[in-house]
Amino acid sequence: MSTTDQALRPVPQVLAHEIHKPRETNKWLDWVLTTDHKKIGIMYLVLTFVFFLLGGVEALLMRSQLAVPNNTLISGEHYNELLTLHGTTMIFLFVVPVMAGFGNYFVPLMIGARDMAFPRLNALSFWLLLLGGVVFYASLFWHPPEAGWWSYPPLSSIQYSPSGGQDAWIFLIHLTGISSLVGAINFYVTIVNMRAPGMTWGRMPLFVWSILIYAVLLIIALPVVAAAVTMLLTDRHFGTHWFDPTNHGSPVLWENLFWFFGHPEVYIMILPGFGMISEVLPVFSRKPIFGYKAIAASTIVIAFLATLVWAHHLFTAPMPLVVLGFFMLSSFLIGIPTGVKIFNWTATLWRGSLVMTTSLYWAIGFLIIFLIGGITGIFLAVFPVDWQLNDTYFVVAHFHYVLMGGAVFTIMSGTYYWYPKMTGRLCSERLGKASFWVTFIGFNLTFFVQHALGLSGMPRRIYTYQPGMGWSTYNLISSIGSYILALGILMSMYNFAVSYKKGKISGPDPWKGNTLEWFTTSPPPVNNFDSVPRVRSVEPMRDIRLEVEAQTGVLQKTGGSEQFTRV
Amino acid sequence: MAACCSVKSGGSPNANSIHSLYDIIFVIAVLVFLTVTGFVLYSVWAFRASKHPVAAQIHGNTKLELGLTAGAAGILVILAVVTFIKLPSIINPPNSDASAASVLSASLTAPTPPSGNKLTICVTGRQFIWRYTYGAGCNKSSWADKLPYSYQEMVVPAGETVDLVIQSSDVIHSWWVPALGGKVDAVPGFTTYTWFKALHANELYHGQCAQLCGREHAFMTALVKVVTPSQYESWLKRQATLISEQNDQVSELRKDLIKKGDLTSSGVF
Repeated sequence: MSTTDQALRPVPQVLAHEIHKPRETNKWLDWVLTTDHKKIGIMYLVLTFVFFLLGGVEALLMRSQLAVPNNTLISGEHYNELLTLHGTTMIFLFVVPVMAGFGNYFVPLMIGARDMAFPRLNALSFWLLLLGGVVFYASLFWHPPEAGWWSYPPLSSIQYSPSGGQDAWIFLIHLTGISSLVGAINFYVTIVNMRAPGMTWGRMPLFVWSILIYAVLLIIALPVVAAAVTMLLTDRHFGTHWFDPTNHGSPVLWENLFWFFGHPEVYIMILPGFGMISEVLPVFSRKPIFGYKAIAASTIVIAFLATLVWAHHLFTAPMPLVVLGFFMLSSFLIGIPTGVKIFNWTATLWRGSLVMTTSLYWAIGFLIIFLIGGITGIFLAVFPVDWQLNDTYFVVAHFHYVLMGGAVFTIMSGTYYWYPKMTGRLCSERLGKASFWVTFIGFNLTFFVQHALGLSGMPRRIYTYQPGMGWSTYNLISSIGSYILALGILMSMYNFAVSYKKGKISGPDPWKGNTLEWFTTSPPPVNNFDSVPRVRSVEPMRDIRLEVEAQTGVLQKTGGSEQFTRV
Repeated sequence: MAACCSVKSGGSPNANSIHSLYDIIFVIAVLVFLTVTGFVLYSVWAFRASKHPVAAQIHGNTKLELGLTAGAAGILVILAVVTFIKLPSIINPPNSDASAASVLSASLTAPTPPSGNKLTICVTGRQFIWRYTYGAGCNKSSWADKLPYSYQEMVVPAGETVDLVIQSSDVIHSWWVPALGGKVDAVPGFTTYTWFKALHANELYHGQCAQLCGREHAFMTALVKVVTPSQYESWLKRQATLISEQNDQVSELRKDLIKKGDLTSSGVF
């Protein structure tokens, strides 16, 4: 099908804004000075994907070191630096801000707004993020931090980590923290105040729900870690003893403060991904989301419980038994709303008419992978079992299933889904599906065997191991898998890069979407919408399509999705 | 269950209890995984557009939703009940075997088997080695009482309940010998406890520090050598003798050095 066909299609009749001519200005300066939520969103996405690749390179270096026993590729010092860089990068510079990137681009479009509530604060969020990344990565030229992304004192104290890398890490937490906090307030205000007429809470897209809850969780969790790292900073340089056991301080206080932030952070990272899946599945199942209210409600319940489970990271720390019991039960409870979500997603597929696009491939891959991560979470919640599994590769496997599934696979699904809206062009479906399979196989090779590694007694964060422990084969498989995984990710990155110029023209609504972002051109004009339609259901775009069909009697072909359906 | 798919055990009753608890969860987990994955894969196969062109416009089903929520909650209630049933056998130490009564010592601070007979060993973590002090009061007066100690390799008698008093002198470490039970963090400023009762003599168990403690974290290993109670007693005596002989040699050397003027009496070169 050639691109000229697209122009002949009778859609979108309701689209008010047909052509948007770009202004002739200094392009480069335009990006730096912009307050347009779409441009900021794109900058967020590009920057965070760069950090994603950096974090990936760090992971590959670690896997290369661990491929064989007694390897001398990387020293203990550099290995600890790499694991600190990898964890910090993936969490603070990739997953959390990439969700802000998607939120920035799509929340205003999905709720029918013309921008975020505070466009200049929005730009500030982005530039603070960039600054945080620069400050942190600048430590590469001196001495990167090596106490891990959790930075437990006393190891992170001035006595055991004298280098400035640890301070760069503290500075990064502050900068990205303020960036996220400012962004979260912006999302909250935007979503509460700027929804299209008729878009009640019960008609808000589920992705917007998830960004709202993401914002609330950030507002709850970030001040705690900001306080904690400030205390660490004063311990390091100004003579306080908050966490210093030789002066009546307590390392366990840090553990509690850090994980009070750290566990909600997990949900901050995966709830927006859940939101994307809740958008992608109904569109490609050609069927409404199953249990809209249950999914929205479970998002709120997860957020509430997320603040009550932090000490399950501390089951081996000095804690009374009753506390262990409480946090086991609260961690069990959070399995229930998560189970509700998985059930509703499965039920959305059930008796649908599945259009097997790349985006749906990644979404279904997410379902399987996240399911495994969720189930292994139950093992870890049972504290006596956690006494065996904590700080082993079983945990590494568990949270990569949760976070690669809940974040990376959903981000891929979301990127393939929204790429045509952001660029006006479709990605190569063939390459996208190939990328999915390579990533899926590589991912499971890398991380599934790590469950077995943990069970056979390999602790996390060791930079080498002896032969004859029963770990060598698993480690080799895992390392080979990591290279396959990296290849799969690179295939998609290549796809995104090439399709920007060479992809097929997508038209405004290639997938027959349900939500308002598909109501405008691809990419949308600066003002998003010339006229905002009145919203009468969760699926305003579908309503509009049906209305046009009723009025014109012409079946609405929307210029894209048909090519993936062999009906 | 095969070695690949369950936690290590076999050395101590608490490790065995954790193993059987793990196996129960594992069975339930596999069933849940197969059920959900089955539904997803069946949906992908049966409801693809080419096979199932018209999607059923279902918005939800409250009864089904509530039913499955209750079902999920039910599974978790079962897991919680099983855990609390198993818990006493994991946290409460059993009595030592009667044959081992001769080498026992008492401690006031930690969980104790009903008969009160146990062996206390103090475990002190530091970058990047474990130190073990044997005998009563080891965390208070090990130097004054000249208690025997060893590094990295712990020697214990089989059949005795061994109470571990765990501390750290620098950063956070985590004591872990998988076959002898779960791990316990060694946090500076805190004292933590665990126990094991080695079931078989003539075994050597491998363990490793489980909390990142610095650059050589990977080499902070622990070995637990299980011997018979009589072998343990003779080892303990020999160890005490060796330590005092070494101490005597060191003080001889020190005297010589001070005499020669290479060392001041306060120990400065």
